[in-house]
Amino acid sequence: MSEHIVKAYDDDLASLTTMLAQMGGLAEEQLSRSIEALSRRDTKLADRVIQADEKLDAMEVAVEEKAILTIAKRQPMARDLRVIMVAIRIASDLERIGDLAKNIAKRSHAIYDNIPRRLTKGLERMGELSQAQVKLVLDAFAATDDAKALEVWRHDEDIDALYNSIFRELLTYMMEDPRMIGACTHLLFAAKNIERIGDHATNIAENIYYLVNGEILKEQRPKKDKTSITPFSAVNND
Amino acid sequence: MNDMSFQTIMTPAIPKIAAAREAKIIASAVDVHYGDKQAIKNLSISIPDRAVSAFIGPSGCGKSTFLRSINRMNDTIPGCKVTGKITLDGEDIYARNLDVVELRARIGMVFQKPNPFPKTIFENVAYGPRIHGLARDKQDMERIVVESLKKAGLFEEVKDRLTQPGTGLSGGQQQRLCIARAIAVNPEVILMDEPCSALDPIATARIEELIHELKENFCIVIVTHSMQQAARVSDLTAFFHLGVLVEVGDTDVMFTKPQDKRTQDYITGRFG
Repeated sequence: MSEHIVKAYDDDLASLTTMLAQMGGLAEEQLSRSIEALSRRDTKLADRVIQADEKLDAMEVAVEEKAILTIAKRQPMARDLRVIMVAIRIASDLERIGDLAKNIAKRSHAIYDNIPRRLTKGLERMGELSQAQVKLVLDAFAATDDAKALEVWRHDEDIDALYNSIFRELLTYMMEDPRMIGACTHLLFAAKNIERIGDHATNIAENIYYLVNGEILKEQRPKKDKTSITPFSAVNND
Repeated sequence: MNDMSFQTIMTPAIPKIAAAREAKIIASAVDVHYGDKQAIKNLSISIPDRAVSAFIGPSGCGKSTFLRSINRMNDTIPGCKVTGKITLDGEDIYARNLDVVELRARIGMVFQKPNPFPKTIFENVAYGPRIHGLARDKQDMERIVVESLKKAGLFEEVKDRLTQPGTGLSGGQQQRLCIARAIAVNPEVILMDEPCSALDPIATARIEELIHELKENFCIVIVTHSMQQAARVSDLTAFFHLGVLVEVGDTDVMFTKPQDKRTQDYITGRFG
């Protein structure tokens, strides 16, 4: 994109992008730390994650204020307007990713030391996948690369598939040993949170597509999360 | 440049407003020269009736030149030559036997600077109907003047001083007086050449509201330097650049998702 005649307008839009890059970096960090806290049951690290979430919340507010001010001052048109709309939406998705990371971190307080390591293995794998998705989508945003964004959008089904299998696995453990129900329920929620983080990454991807093309992505995303329609009996019968 | 570079982009291929209204003015392959200089190159456009069409573009892009070609105002400029075809309701306005005075009664015009005659408010509006013999008698003339002032949203403000000079009104009121004068002769088309550029924001808002009301009955074409104004008041937007009609389309799409890079750069304030 060539520059605006009014240079300060370019600065306004650039500062929005910078703020989002900072938010994205922090959200990424929060996510990786929360998974680490959960798998190592590191409550100190978890507390740090919980505390740092406030910062993300404040950054979202700052992005919104900057966006509103820019609309009021510049009367943006066409792609400039989309940059601003998309900035507001992406800030909101990043803030939600932060909330979910906080929620994952909180659960490390609730999980007992004695649960087998293998139970958190799948979660760690899911965490890695979602981190990779968040990283890739932030790169796509920095480069306004809609092809890369679409890649993220398509890969979400990998997270969904993994969530599906973790769901079944945890359910099986709970049926085998009712003493595990407490810990497994927390792990299940954590898995769901990670799955939701993947969804926010795809939201961001959709917004990048809109930013570049000026139209909403119409294609239906492949969905592999079937846990909400899986009957309890089906888990046992596999 | 080859001929393909003059291809006007339609956004979308058939603008919604063009599909919803009959075409009032159709220009095909219009060229306008001022002496050796070509001001308009191979311009074709269909302007819908009972809608507002806005012409936008940087200074010297040819938008005002084309606007003036629609009611043959360019005839008076020495060395100006218009070729191609412009029709009003299918009738060639450059036909040899066409009465230009009658044409200008059908296609009224409002200018950038309000230019009331140095006469009373009443006479400013009555002038057109009088020379065109539109009023049967004195009462009829009064009716035409009052109605025109009402349509222009000015009557309430001036009803007690119709015999005072039009030049004594404020800028915004003068512009509405000029609009009343334009509509007093029952035109079909109203051309507006930057009608608000000499007005304050409140007077501008009044004119924009008036344009919105007038499009119920008239085909309105407005040239404006304010992109925001074009976005606010028009149904169809045409973007001109260097004498070429670059892109035409529904205003909603033109200001959110224009196709041509030049349009995008102009409306986002990037033209350099």
